[in-house]
Amino acid sequence: MSDDILFDLRGISKKFVKGNDTITVFENLDMSIARGDFLAIMGPSGSGKTTLLNMLGGVDQPTSGEVVFDGKRVDTLSENQLAAWRANNVGFIFQFYNLMPMLNAERNVELPLLLTRLGRGQRKKNVAAALELVSLSDRAKHMPKELSGGQQQRVAIARALVSDPKLLLCDEPTGDLDRQTADEILEMLTLLNRDYGKTIIMVTHDPEAAKYAKRTVHLDKGEFVAKELAA
Amino acid sequence: MKDVYLILKNLTRKPLRLFLTVFATFIAFMIFGTLTAFQQAFDAGVDLAADDRLVVVNKINFTQTLPIAYVNRVRAVEDVVAVTHLNWFGGYYQEPRAQFAMFAVDAENFLTVYDELVITDAERAAWIANRQGLIAGKSIAESFGWQAGERIPVNSNIFSQRDGRTDWDFDVVAIYEGADPQTDTNSVYFHYEYFNETQSFGGDFIGFMGVRTTDPERNEAVIAAIDDLFANSPAETETVPEKAFNKAFIEQIGNLSLILTSVVLAAFFVILVIVGNSMILSIRERTREIGVMKTLGFTSGRIFRMVLVESLLIALIGGMLGVAAAGLMVSLVNQAPIQLPVLVLGGSVWTQALLYVAVLGFITGIVPAMNALRLNIITALSRS
Ligand SMILES: Nc1ncnc2c1ncn2[C@@H]1O[C@H](COP(=O)(O)OP(=O)(O)OP(=O)(O)O)[C@@H](O)[C@H]1O
Ligand SMILES: [Mg+2]
Repeated sequence: MSDDILFDLRGISKKFVKGNDTITVFENLDMSIARGDFLAIMGPSGSGKTTLLNMLGGVDQPTSGEVVFDGKRVDTLSENQLAAWRANNVGFIFQFYNLMPMLNAERNVELPLLLTRLGRGQRKKNVAAALELVSLSDRAKHMPKELSGGQQQRVAIARALVSDPKLLLCDEPTGDLDRQTADEILEMLTLLNRDYGKTIIMVTHDPEAAKYAKRTVHLDKGEFVAKELAA
Repeated sequence: MKDVYLILKNLTRKPLRLFLTVFATFIAFMIFGTLTAFQQAFDAGVDLAADDRLVVVNKINFTQTLPIAYVNRVRAVEDVVAVTHLNWFGGYYQEPRAQFAMFAVDAENFLTVYDELVITDAERAAWIANRQGLIAGKSIAESFGWQAGERIPVNSNIFSQRDGRTDWDFDVVAIYEGADPQTDTNSVYFHYEYFNETQSFGGDFIGFMGVRTTDPERNEAVIAAIDDLFANSPAETETVPEKAFNKAFIEQIGNLSLILTSVVLAAFFVILVIVGNSMILSIRERTREIGVMKTLGFTSGRIFRMVLVESLLIALIGGMLGVAAAGLMVSLVNQAPIQLPVLVLGGSVWTQALLYVAVLGFITGIVPAMNALRLNIITALSRS
């Protein structure tokens, strides 16, 4: 195992049981993700992109196989241990931003810090720094509904990185945004990857978005397939 | 504790819903507080009854009279400290609606037997000396505006004087106070001699006797001795401890405590349904948010606690406001010129209310809290 490997999936299977039906999403999947990578995952609907991301983020467990993060097994952790692991290591960015509607931007960004031992003062400082990074300092007191989609996604990015996780997981982060706003968000992710060393795994349907990544893998029916990027 | 802000934001995110649930709780606790104050006031008659006091009534029922000659015979019974006798006068002041409890008593012994009625020794002497004198409770005196030294007419709706009048003239000699805040001060007492000599019904009968014994331990023996004394006579007696007598008297009105308990239970049941339902709905609406919080690393246990605290807060705010409002109601009732026992909303009501707040908050919160606890991140986030 190389030091450069952040994530190692070994022989992952994932099955969903619905009544008498068993849906097999992955069968014996192997995958390695290097530290500092910016990986785009593409593939048709239902190919298992979100399921894969969920297992990487520790919100879902593989039916069998090992998930090794930073040299440690993640798939064997209890629910509460996983919650703590997520809080320490993973920032999540969703397609629909998923901000808390009753909290202003600042309080939304602060959420992950409530899981740390930081005092109110330090939390405020870190929140301000994160909002600064996404250029939203002037919107700190705004409620989500007072912000545009792009701004909400930037608040979500600030929330994802405020506790300084190694890993950012993005499920179609630009799926709900227009081209120009999407590009802004993607540039921000590129910056976080390049200048802040964040490992980023991004699921996307958008080939333009995938171009921002260092490399792209294609999923089809639960398997990685070689595919030429159409020009 | 860091979650307090989140809990408060969740609580207040729908002000109208918050208002309605708190208001429902408020009403239920106001009903609870007020009715409990009433119940305790009625119970006070039993609670405050002296253990060393007996009541002697006609065995047929307590509205039947007894010969006055019985009084001295009871006085002679061993372990009897003092005896007084009382006749219900059926008094009203100025208009028949303004009826109140008025008794013709044996003034010499009355205050020895009923020593929770407090007047000075000088007032007591003055009363005994004034054949037309009466003593009135503080509360009834206030509601009719009587002052000590005043001369007032009181009518009877039962008796009339020998000249046909139904009104008697009295001197208000003293206003007595109660030894306990809940001691009844709605009654009026005057001289039996004045009553006996002026009324036209034929005399020398009494309504019932109050007897003080040397020791509650001796009650049983005294009861047996008194009732034996008059066994097989035309007017047999039934002697009972005052507590039992008061209890039986209250139970004549109906099972008050059962009625009050039913009303309170019904009120609580209604808010249980209203608040419980509203909590379940409001947590269901937050399914996605709860999924996001769990994704960020909030443990299920922590979210469970936040939901439970939210429902406890609703119960606490509504409950405490409700009891406070009941306190206000009680003081209004006490000020009103109607004759009711003194209502006291004491610490025990607050303590009980706090207990109910906890139970109610828990019951209304436990189902949504469990739902939030069990909520699976994947299902929560895929449901949109
Ligand atoms: N909780 C679940 N229960 C049952 N089946 C599921 C569940 N989650 C996903 N699946 C199934 O697993 C397969 C992969 O789903 P997944 O959501 O990972 O696809 P995806 O690649 O993210 O698709 P999309 O591009 O539409 O988001 C699908 O066939 C889906 O129906
Ligand atoms: Mg998906």
